Amino acid sequence: MEKKELVPYGTYIMIWFGLLVLTGVTIIAASLHFGQWSIMTAIAIATVKGALVLFIFMNLKREERLFKIMLSLALITMTVIMVLTFADISFR
Amino acid sequence: MSAATLHEPHVHVDATGAKIAMWLFLFTELLLFGGLFLAYAVFRTYYPADFHYATTTLSVSIGALNTALLLTSSLTMVLSVAALERLNRRLSVILLGVTALLGALFLVNKYFEWSAKFQHGLYPGSQELALHPDGEKVFYGLYFTMTGLHGVHVLVGVGVLAVILAMIARRPRRTVSVPLAAPTALALQGDSGPLWHQAADAQLDAVDVTLVYRENEAVAHRQLIKLENAGLYWHLVDVIWIFLFPLLYLIS
Amino acid sequence: MSHSNADAGALPSYLEVSGRRTGILGWIFSTDHKRIGILYMILILGFFLVALCIGLLMRLELLLPGPTIVQPNTYNALFTLHGVIMIFLFIVPGIPAMFGNFFLPIQIGAKDVSFPRLNLASWWLYAIGAVMALLSLFTGGGVPDTGWTFYVPFSLRTGTNVPLAVLAVFVMGFSSILTGLNFITTIHRLRAPGMSWFRMPLFVWSLYATAWIQILATPILGITVLLVFLERLFGIGLFDPAKGGDPLLYQHLFWIYSHPAVYIMILPAMGVISEIFPTFAKQKIFGYKAIAFSSLAIAFVGYLVWGHHMFTSGISDTSRWIFSLLTFIVAVPSGIKVFNWVATLYKGAIEVPPPMLFALSFIFLFSIGGLTGFVVGALATDIHIHDTYFVVAHFHYVMFGGVGIAIFAALLYWFPKMFGRVFRYRPFFISWVFIFVGFNTLYFPMFIMGWLGMPRRYYDYMPEFQIWHQISTVGSWLLATGVFIFFIYFVKSLRAPRGAPDNPWGGTTLEWRVPSPPPAENFIDIPTVTAGPYDHHGEGDA
Repeated sequence: MEKKELVPYGTYIMIWFGLLVLTGVTIIAASLHFGQWSIMTAIAIATVKGALVLFIFMNLKREERLFKIMLSLALITMTVIMVLTFADISFR
Repeated sequence: MSAATLHEPHVHVDATGAKIAMWLFLFTELLLFGGLFLAYAVFRTYYPADFHYATTTLSVSIGALNTALLLTSSLTMVLSVAALERLNRRLSVILLGVTALLGALFLVNKYFEWSAKFQHGLYPGSQELALHPDGEKVFYGLYFTMTGLHGVHVLVGVGVLAVILAMIARRPRRTVSVPLAAPTALALQGDSGPLWHQAADAQLDAVDVTLVYRENEAVAHRQLIKLENAGLYWHLVDVIWIFLFPLLYLIS
Repeated sequence: MSHSNADAGALPSYLEVSGRRTGILGWIFSTDHKRIGILYMILILGFFLVALCIGLLMRLELLLPGPTIVQPNTYNALFTLHGVIMIFLFIVPGIPAMFGNFFLPIQIGAKDVSFPRLNLASWWLYAIGAVMALLSLFTGGGVPDTGWTFYVPFSLRTGTNVPLAVLAVFVMGFSSILTGLNFITTIHRLRAPGMSWFRMPLFVWSLYATAWIQILATPILGITVLLVFLERLFGIGLFDPAKGGDPLLYQHLFWIYSHPAVYIMILPAMGVISEIFPTFAKQKIFGYKAIAFSSLAIAFVGYLVWGHHMFTSGISDTSRWIFSLLTFIVAVPSGIKVFNWVATLYKGAIEVPPPMLFALSFIFLFSIGGLTGFVVGALATDIHIHDTYFVVAHFHYVMFGGVGIAIFAALLYWFPKMFGRVFRYRPFFISWVFIFVGFNTLYFPMFIMGWLGMPRRYYDYMPEFQIWHQISTVGSWLLATGVFIFFIYFVKSLRAPRGAPDNPWGGTTLEWRVPSPPPAENFIDIPTVTAGPYDHHGEGDA
């Protein structure tokens, strides 16, 4: 057993509730038709939801720094790949 | 009984190492789907209008329901881990079962969704789809590939959860080998009641004894590592869907 | 320094300890990292020789214009198979699978990798993928004729067995990923007491950087080949222009993996050179930290340059100059390493047995390859020489003259340790002469004819190129002679009597403190490390 303090069940339930709420917000925001901003808003909300799952459900918040560094490497790599591809796509 | 020593097998378990390995595996999944998200981004840029239209042909209700199912399954998953941390084995097993069930329901929904599309002739390579504009063809190609690959991962996840459930549901047990130094009287339980043997008569060198515990912290600790790591995989499948849902169903 | 490991000589070596099964089953189901390394070696070197013979056939066809020994379609299949085998079955697994598996745990003072059973699974995946690739020769429409790059739309339309071949690549990619996963975890978790990050051998640093590329780049190859497979099977249409797809997207996705893949190839080779030079110069490596950080820098910047394979494909001008600039930048850390290796020799007590001779050749050949990389990497010149023999020469200089030569060097350097036997120098010196002269005769004319306009992957050519092709083909015979001499004496030396000393070369890394060959568990007691890895003069930390 990990000797650190256990996360209360209630914390997880609250986060879950927040995720459902955010899902609702996404659906409503999409129906409001922000046009260009729709995609930004949707991705922003998805990122928040993803971060909640990552940090709380997957316990990244309480893990050693190593895990956060490794995840950053993967995310930076993914970002760099997308940005450079769009150096082509956007300017053809 | 002659003096016999139970050798506790000291299995060196590296919990952190196992966790590092699982996170590394998750990174590969991130990059795998990342390639598809890149393709999505590229084609969205090429065909904004067609993507807008094709999105409206997907059912937001089913998509939202599926999102809710997966989010809830993530909750039950992490609660299952929390329960085993507290040595509440029964609760952990129940929650794990619910998680797998929710995953299965997700797949059932997916089946109905896809069937509906097939019935309307909207699938890659169909004659109906060939009549639609290029952007819509690409959209459906992406839709089926992305949700299909995701669905395969959900299916594998359900399988893994089932295996771990079976492992945790059993009372923890360990089999140790007890060497016999001298002839020993052993009571063996047979169908017709206890049977007695002299070890020398039976020519036994050692007896394998299975210890069945009501609970065993060391065993639970090892199982917790597997459960946690399976949980990490399950949460990633959830995170991928968190991004898939708005991109495929909502953006217009 | 622990002396008890000297007693390990009394223990049976890994060659004798079979575990629960015996005979061949004791090998193919072994979880001992050393046995797994040897299993990889057998398959990898076997496939190398097969692909080498295919290369010889290609050169034979090109000896004369027009059809010489094969028809055009067969020639297309030959160069595809040559590329697929050399890249996916030989070089990419190459050094990490053979020498990384064998020596990583020993060099960090561990008894095995973090996940020995996963390690065995990696080998089985590699073997299964290889069988699948071979099956594509005899099933479906036969061997793909698309080139190893499987470019769309041709790979979507050709009748050859592309689906099975790309599926084989997918399976082998999985093998690569699991190896990378195992190595990263092992390096983080199993280093001996006292072995800080900056006391690790540079070979280990190179394996670490390589493992990160294996983890983060290979999945992109996975999704790319999966999409080709799905497109052929279900007509998905992401790459097919007739269905609104983008063939350039395929090229992007393909090279997003395949460029970092060349760093998977070269980084471990550089790691081998970093081991060999200090041993035969009898002094510590020059600029340890610079080399370590350069490995990480190459791994990272290597993700940023893939577009240089697409300069003439139709990508935007903006992206072209960005990729060209980044390509020039990625050369800097490699240059730092070459400088540091040469500086390691300065005022050293240099000996040149065969492994060192091959290692020195690496510097020369890799530098030519690297410098010609600037010619291909610069936009203006690349327009002229893209898809010509100039490119073929460039990558053979870095991949064969670099990685291939490093593999020969590693085979000789670590031969006594792995097999407990010593080899006679002379046959390998002779093989080196044939390899070195043959290599340059084979590939240097390709720079010239590429510059003059000879396209690659063509089985016929204009008369003005004939003389260069003929010189090149003769070079291939010399090179092949050298390689065959090497392998014949390699196998002969395996039959020599055992009795190699623990440390025939005077190396300072941990593998030279265990018997030759090592016992199954590597160490009786895990050593405590108190100095840097190249501490020839007792200076403590490097």
